[in-house]
Order: sequence, then structure tokens, then C-alpha cells
Amino acid sequence: MPAPSLVTAARIGPVRWTIAVVVLLLVAAAALLVGSVELPPDGVARALIDRLPLVVVEHGLTNLELRLLFELRLPRVVLGGMVGAVLAVAGAGYQGVFRNPLADPYLLGVAAGAGLGATLVIGVGAGSAALPPVAFAGGVAAVGATYVLSRTAGGRTTTSLILSGIAVAAFATAVQTFLLQRSYETLREVYSWILGRLVTVGWGEVWALFPYALAAGAALILSRRLLDVLVLGDEEAAGLGVNVLMVRRVVVLAATLATAAAVSVSGLIGFVGIIVPHTIRLLTGWSYRVILPLSLAYGATFLILADLTARTVVAPAELPIGVVTAFLGAPFFLVVLRTMRGSS
Amino acid sequence: MITWSSVEVSFDGRTVVGPLSLTVGDAEWVGVIGPNGAGKSTLLKAAVGIVAHRGAIDLGGRERRAGVDIAWMPQRPHLPDEMNVANYVLLGRTPHLGYLGAESSKDLQSVERAIHRLGLDELAGRALSTLSGGEAQRAVLARALAQESPVLLLDEPTSSLDVGHAVEVLEILDELRHQEGLTVITALHDLNLAGRFADRLVLLAGGRIAAEGPPAEVLTEEVLIPSYGAGIHVVTNGDGPTVIPTRRRRD
Repeated sequence: MPAPSLVTAARIGPVRWTIAVVVLLLVAAAALLVGSVELPPDGVARALIDRLPLVVVEHGLTNLELRLLFELRLPRVVLGGMVGAVLAVAGAGYQGVFRNPLADPYLLGVAAGAGLGATLVIGVGAGSAALPPVAFAGGVAAVGATYVLSRTAGGRTTTSLILSGIAVAAFATAVQTFLLQRSYETLREVYSWILGRLVTVGWGEVWALFPYALAAGAALILSRRLLDVLVLGDEEAAGLGVNVLMVRRVVVLAATLATAAAVSVSGLIGFVGIIVPHTIRLLTGWSYRVILPLSLAYGATFLILADLTARTVVAPAELPIGVVTAFLGAPFFLVVLRTMRGSS
Repeated sequence: MITWSSVEVSFDGRTVVGPLSLTVGDAEWVGVIGPNGAGKSTLLKAAVGIVAHRGAIDLGGRERRAGVDIAWMPQRPHLPDEMNVANYVLLGRTPHLGYLGAESSKDLQSVERAIHRLGLDELAGRALSTLSGGEAQRAVLARALAQESPVLLLDEPTSSLDVGHAVEVLEILDELRHQEGLTVITALHDLNLAGRFADRLVLLAGGRIAAEGPPAEVLTEEVLIPSYGAGIHVVTNGDGPTVIPTRRRRD
């Protein structure tokens, strides 16, 4: 029997997929080649192929260039891509389960908790190795506090959760400000962390983030069809046999853990979780089956591009990447918003 | 069939439905009527499983699975603006898919049948926000039909439809329940439509069953006036009883 033509489920389609992947690869390639030292494209391509198992290719790069490529630029591009993908897909997931266009994991206190953790580490001079795990613990603890607070406040509603998140974030920020006031010399370092940076990264951070990014990406992508059902509201979704509470828990847990992990290695890079999913939504429509996977791809593209900009526009100095994401993202987003509203 | 046995629903310690017992058989159509706040919607929601209740609700002794065995059409459905009709009706297949499942061609065929049945073929690609009230209500009904459940609970399925479309939609339901042996339960404000289509009417008042029986026995002034108050006049002709609202005279 031929497949019915009247009904097709929302999907991404080969053209959109191809564009997303090609754009990501082009941006990643540019980020590998461009910088204070320009690397030759064919040499980089050959050196990358040479790293594949069982393949030996003559690449002609010097040892210094090889170290620049494999120990500085490649891990930075990979980490930037993972952080961007995680922040964007987590934002899209939050917007879906909370049915709130402004929701992202920062809302429940991840950012403030991680910021407090980072301030503590920098304040006591514990060394940079301690920063990611403590920031991660701070972010997770803050979200845990948000959850407990909203339950004891007697509500199971989304509103009580979000209000608790705001309270916890305010409290963590207040403690952080107090600590900063006490030791003025840590201010600059904490401030630079808050604005986000991919400066000191190596493969260690990449491997630290990888399991969280993989698990969260998988959990969120696998929930995409049910997020479309949740658009109907909790009651109707439950009437369609969906365990709304479980979907919400899976999505929130996955998105929160991954965001805490991302923040712990990159600092507080704002805006990605809101701007990337919304741009995709404006361009492709309502379905999370499309928004979630494309958020993964374009989140990665966006952050690699932002990082490339951050380290090239004022070279040899670097801009904080959080400044670039907002500086690039906000006007772009407004243009998309205007064009789409104008055309509909 | 579906059975409510000593079912009671309370909100904040206040009983809003029951205790009541009710059985509706295969291919039977029961019209639940009653004034605002009588508990009609809550009775249906308890059956779907989205409102906690005491007592048992089952399908002739068999446990019910939300969405698979019972399709529910809410009174005020949420219609996402940008979603198109086909994808909206496709959501009706959700109960048949697991957490990780994807729609098969069988699911798409069920959706196509439901769309065709309600005459929505031309509108399948249209966004919900562009539909008229009546078209949107047919889309919601199509979603419920796409669930292909043996029990259909419809909360005010004709509230946005003019008389012609209301009768048309109820005729479709009537045809379906005879063809496929569906159990149909409607909560309707329109007593005349309820009386024309249902085999049996259940009058709820204050959450309890105040009267129950064939339309000719329930749609009488003696039965209706205690629940709805005065201002009701019933005339009976060859088509059965007709309820007419009356006004007080100002002299």
C-alpha cells in the first residue's frame, strides 16, 4: 500500500540537514585555519587525515604548526562546538517543557550556582583545575535547591519552580557579590570567568564535557516528538497517554546537567540557549522534531563562529565570548524577528 | 463499554462528583446533561485519568489505558497557532507510540481516515490559527477519532458549530458508533441535540445522577425544572421532546 500523501510528520529533510552540516564544517574549518598564525588549508586537511588510524599522509606542517593545530585550535573548536550545541539544545528543551519562550537552564539557578562555585575557587586560590568540578557542583546544587524549595513551597506547578529558581539565583548572586567585595583582587578573574571564555582549554575540558553532552543531546533529541505533544498543555498531553511529569523530568535533568557541565568549562556564555532555538523556530516553524536537532547543529556553529570572532577582532587580545554572542546574536535575532513577522 | 463504580471526585475536600455509578455499553450513546458546575466535565476527566478519583473506572472489568482505550475531546482544547491540521490530528496517534516511537504508515493512514471522515482534506495543510471555529472543532474531533479508541468521551463537541454543522458532526459520530461499535459519551449543553442523538440521558446535578433514562423520560418539565430552574417548557411531537426556553412576562 502506498504511503498516504495527505499527512507527513514534521521533519527536517535532506536539504536542511545538508545545509546545517556544511555550514558547521565550513565554520569549523575557518576556525582551525584563521588566527594569529594562519595555517595552510591543504596542510591542515592532510594532517587531520594523517591522524586517522591506518592512514599515513605527508602534510608538510612544522612541529610548531602541528602543536598549534592539535593542542590549541582543534580542542578549542571541538569544545566550542560542544558547549554551543549543549546550550542551544538545552534551551530548546526548556522552552518546550515549560512552554515558555524565555526559559533556559539558567532560569533555575545553574548559572548563579556555578558562578558562586567559581568565585569560591578563585577566591581561595585553589588553582584552575578545581574550578570546573566546583562550578559544576555549584550549578547542580543550585538547581537542587530550586527543586526542593518549589516542592516545600507546596507547588508542583511550573510557576513555583521558576519563582524558586529566581529566588535561589538571587541568593547565590548575593553571596557571590559579598565574597567579591571582600577580596577585590579576585574580581577581575571572576569577572572574566562570568563573561565566558574558551581561552585555556585543552583536551581535558573536552573529555570532561563529552559524556554530559552526549547523554543530554541523546535524551533531548529522543524526547522531541513528545515535546510537540506537550504543546497541547499538561492535561491534553496526559489524555493522550503521555507521562508529562516523566518527560519534564528527563528533559530538565538532561538539560540542566549538561548546562552545568558546559558552564563549568566555559564560564557563563549567555544568550545561546534563547537565540539559537528561537531563530530556528522563526525560520522553520513550530515542531521540536525540527528545532531540537537543528539547535544542536547551529548552536555548535554559532559558538565556534563567536569564538573565532572573539579571538580575531582585537588580536592579539581576546574578547570575552559572552560579549560576542550577545553582540552578534542580538542584532541578528532582531533582523530574523522583523523579517519573519513582516512576512507572516 | 465503560463503567464508573462508586466514583467520587473531590477538590480541596469538597466533593464535586459522586458518589455515582454508571455503565455505558458498546455502541451505546449516553448524553450527560446538567447545569453549569454539575460535574459533567469532571466525570469525563476522571474516566480519562487526568483527575484523581475514588472508586473504580474500568472497561467491563479490564483496566483502561489513557488515550488507547479512551479518546477524550476537551471542552476548550489548546490549538497551537502554527501547527497544521494534519500534524495536529497526528498527535492523536501519540497513545499508540512509546517514548521513543515514531509514526508508522499505519498511523498516517489512521490520521488520513479521520481527516477524510470529517471533511478536512482540503484543510490538512492549513495552520490551525487560520481555521474558523467550526473547522477547528472538526480538527479536534478528528484528533480524537484518530486515536481509534473503543470509547469516545466528547466534552461539548458542538459548542462552536452552527446547527447545520452540529447535526452533521453528530451524524458522523452516530454512523461511526454503529459501524464500529463505539461507546460514545457526550457532555452537551444543548438538551435538544442531546435528546435527538443519545440513546440514554444522564442528568447530573451537584455531581450526582438526578435522573437517568431514555430522552423521553428525562426531558420533561418535572425532571428538568428542579435542576435548571424555571424558564423551561417541553413540547413533545413525533420527533420526541423539545425543550423550549421561556421568559417571565413583564406586565
